[in-house]
Amino acid sequence: MINYNKMIFELSNEGRVGYSLPRSSFNNYNIDDLNDNLKRKSELLLPEVSELDVLRHFTNISNKNFGVENGFYPLGSCTMKYNPKINEEMASNKAFRNLHPLQPISTVQGALEVYYNLQKYLSEISGLYEFSLNPFAGAHGELVGLMVIKAYHQDRGDFKRNKIIIPDSAHGTNPASTVVCGMEVIEIKSNDKGRVDLESLKAVLSDDIAGMMLTNPNTLGIFENDICEITKLVHDAGGLMYYDGANLNALLGKVRPGDMGFDVMHINLHKTFSTPHGGGGPGSGPVGVTEILSKYLPNPRVKKLDDYFYVENSGEALGQISAYFGNYLVALRAYTYIRTLGKENLKMVGRYATLNANYISKALKTAYDLPIPGYCMHEVVFNGLNNKDTDVKTLDIAKRLLDYGMHAPTIYFPLLFPQAIMIEPTETETKETIDEFINVMHKIAIEAKEHPEILKQAPTKTPIRRTDEVFAAKMMIFSYKDYLEYINNRG
Amino acid sequence: MFKYFPHTKADVESMLKTLNISSIDELFKDVPESVIFNSDYDVPSYLSETELRNHFAELSKKNQELTLFSGLGIYDHYQPAVIDAITSRQEFMTSYTPYQPEISQGTLQYIFEYQSMIQTLTGLEVSNASMYDGATSAAEACFMACGVTRRNKMLISSTLNPNTINTIKTYLNFKGIEYDFINENQGEIDIEDLKQKLDKDIAGVIVQNPNFYGIIEDYSNFSELIKTNKSMFIISADISTLGVLKSPKEDGADIACGDCQSLGMPTAFGGPTLGYLATEKAYVRKMPGRICGYTHDLEGRRAFVLTLQAREQHIRRSKANSNICSNQSLMALYVTIYLSLMGRNGLKEVNNLSYQGAHYLYDQLIKTGKFSDPFNKPFLKEFTLLTNISKDTMQTALLENGIFGGVNLDIFGEKYEGLVNFSVTEKRTKNEIDNLVKVLEGLS
Repeated sequence: MINYNKMIFELSNEGRVGYSLPRSSFNNYNIDDLNDNLKRKSELLLPEVSELDVLRHFTNISNKNFGVENGFYPLGSCTMKYNPKINEEMASNKAFRNLHPLQPISTVQGALEVYYNLQKYLSEISGLYEFSLNPFAGAHGELVGLMVIKAYHQDRGDFKRNKIIIPDSAHGTNPASTVVCGMEVIEIKSNDKGRVDLESLKAVLSDDIAGMMLTNPNTLGIFENDICEITKLVHDAGGLMYYDGANLNALLGKVRPGDMGFDVMHINLHKTFSTPHGGGGPGSGPVGVTEILSKYLPNPRVKKLDDYFYVENSGEALGQISAYFGNYLVALRAYTYIRTLGKENLKMVGRYATLNANYISKALKTAYDLPIPGYCMHEVVFNGLNNKDTDVKTLDIAKRLLDYGMHAPTIYFPLLFPQAIMIEPTETETKETIDEFINVMHKIAIEAKEHPEILKQAPTKTPIRRTDEVFAAKMMIFSYKDYLEYINNRG
Repeated sequence: MFKYFPHTKADVESMLKTLNISSIDELFKDVPESVIFNSDYDVPSYLSETELRNHFAELSKKNQELTLFSGLGIYDHYQPAVIDAITSRQEFMTSYTPYQPEISQGTLQYIFEYQSMIQTLTGLEVSNASMYDGATSAAEACFMACGVTRRNKMLISSTLNPNTINTIKTYLNFKGIEYDFINENQGEIDIEDLKQKLDKDIAGVIVQNPNFYGIIEDYSNFSELIKTNKSMFIISADISTLGVLKSPKEDGADIACGDCQSLGMPTAFGGPTLGYLATEKAYVRKMPGRICGYTHDLEGRRAFVLTLQAREQHIRRSKANSNICSNQSLMALYVTIYLSLMGRNGLKEVNNLSYQGAHYLYDQLIKTGKFSDPFNKPFLKEFTLLTNISKDTMQTALLENGIFGGVNLDIFGEKYEGLVNFSVTEKRTKNEIDNLVKVLEGLS
């Protein structure tokens, strides 16, 4: 079935249906009565297929995907931990799933309780005062967090503060979010230990700094051990500290961002709190802030008075950043995860994740170039092979891993190392799985020396092999309509 | 031991031995002592699976499932059983963004099929892989218009959903883009006001169809005006209505955006849904988000990949047009399955059934003498009426009968005082509609 090669449109046969709709009860009315100039005239290119056709089609294409339940998924910075089934069961509960967001608050008390308590738990876990669960994803959280920072300065009449300091190792979303928020980026170089260089930081601090964005552990998987000095320097200069929660998994149970001096942060619920990545979303990026910043959190907000939950739209808020409560059912999954672990198990997450990563780091550094020595946190970054006499590149190593039935690590990020391989094992993997991964990586290192052509050809056991990306960018075939035109022109 | 942590005591000991350390905590030696969190979080103790189910059973009792006659962007349409069966497959649900095409063809192919369906519904040449929701896709469409025209002011129709307006305002305020509103007249945009406000600073004009009141506006004459001014025309449309209503392309739009919740998704207390965004290829390099393209592998087999990534944040960083990274991919699968099942005929039928139910309800409500129509304009599945019945009386009476409808629009601002919204989908039976009318006609 892995060779299945149809698009849904190619299964279409005129007259087939895949739906059943109620009989009409109101034959006095017909949509054709609408004035012609309001109606669609152009044809719709949609398939006509049976229900079983649809099931087979999507089941067959799903077999060309690799999920967390297929095998090891050491994708750095993405925290591909197990996505518990009980979360899904709770999210399919009709008493939540069938609620309309405008229903009277007396009829959605359970939904609001989940929202309110999740934001409380996240506040406790982060050492911050209050969270909004409305941001849809990590990058959306960054944008909203930066809006909070900007709103704070402007509220004090300090319009000069328009620059955000970002280390060169940061995720691309950090500078992009800054610009979307109407602020400027000041990039600072990392030092030779992969950390923020305090002298470079001091050199850019001035009265036009709005704040600094930092991931800790940073994207090299290393803890910024000068964190207390960094936050103090930025605060003394009048700036606020933003914590990019992409790597929060390392710290779960061990360190709270608020205690390190961060004022604003986002959490990727789809990383640290086990909600599924969904092939690229829906995620959820709650934003947390200190008490003085809490008035700026976006509308709508969920509040509690005695035992009653209610929705508030505040005039002091930075505004709305979503129509309603963000990806609510994603938040509900994260709530389920936190209740499943409880305080007893939450504190072990960062420890086990860090143990696994260090175990890999130690085992692989004999074959792979570990540019920053010492302990890592939840992920480890190598810079290609130790053996630099081969033309085998990181891309080839990643593709070869696919042949061994494992997902590739994140590659070519962070940008500091040209052959970066970023490995994040997470806490939900067994020692056996990790040992197997280590063995495979060593095998690949040997292959690189003895049979480099195998790596250059890899993968060969996957549903398809390497793709022609230049063709895709050049031809710009983005739809079935484009595809038909391309086929017709080709003759 | 705990079910999500497979580390046995022996595993941990052996790993520590490999690392030449005696406790996991030694790995955190880079963390300053002053920031180590040494206590337990103040969160509840763990729950077993049974306890968790009981807990949710208790929480569920605090929610009330109602017969929904409410719309305003979130609709109670039918969801075929096939959707849950497929979207819950772990191959789709647990995988990451398809950056390794060799093992992500499932995701990439449905994104391509999704883009194809948005393409045909909007009539525009290219759809991206999805945005967060309708409100944020409208905001990003405004950014796009500014990026394409290199102008810095938007004109926003007053008949947009206020949630969309508020979200656009937040985005534009922070980015430093100006905006003004086009006045409304009798529930529709005042085209004379548009003419007056269109000047060389205007990057784009954004309108909604059907609009916030449910009215199907006729935008036939807009595109020429806007194009003459070298501005971009953006239509925010409820995607499911495009099965029967004029497509944004037929109305001359340069960008179409909106929400896809009406295509197979639950109401879900407002999310997750999915925002769609489509435009012409001439503007694709200013388009935010991921785009999937057709190609082949080195053996010539059909393949799909993410393409034109040089637009995106992970490549362009501070020069990217948008910061979007994760989008709503799995919800695009909902849309693709739904539209595969429905096809063009099913989609038309859904619209017709909704239209019929809505018009029947409308006539019955007018007959009660307690509601009047301030607009008298064409509508599809939702409409707005004026009533003298107090909002509390109405809401209480409906709730006692397990119904939510007649949403008071004054929660969105004073200008909507006295107006209520009703929405009817194909799911609402004649009995349910008659019951709603019966409750309302007894009120004063």
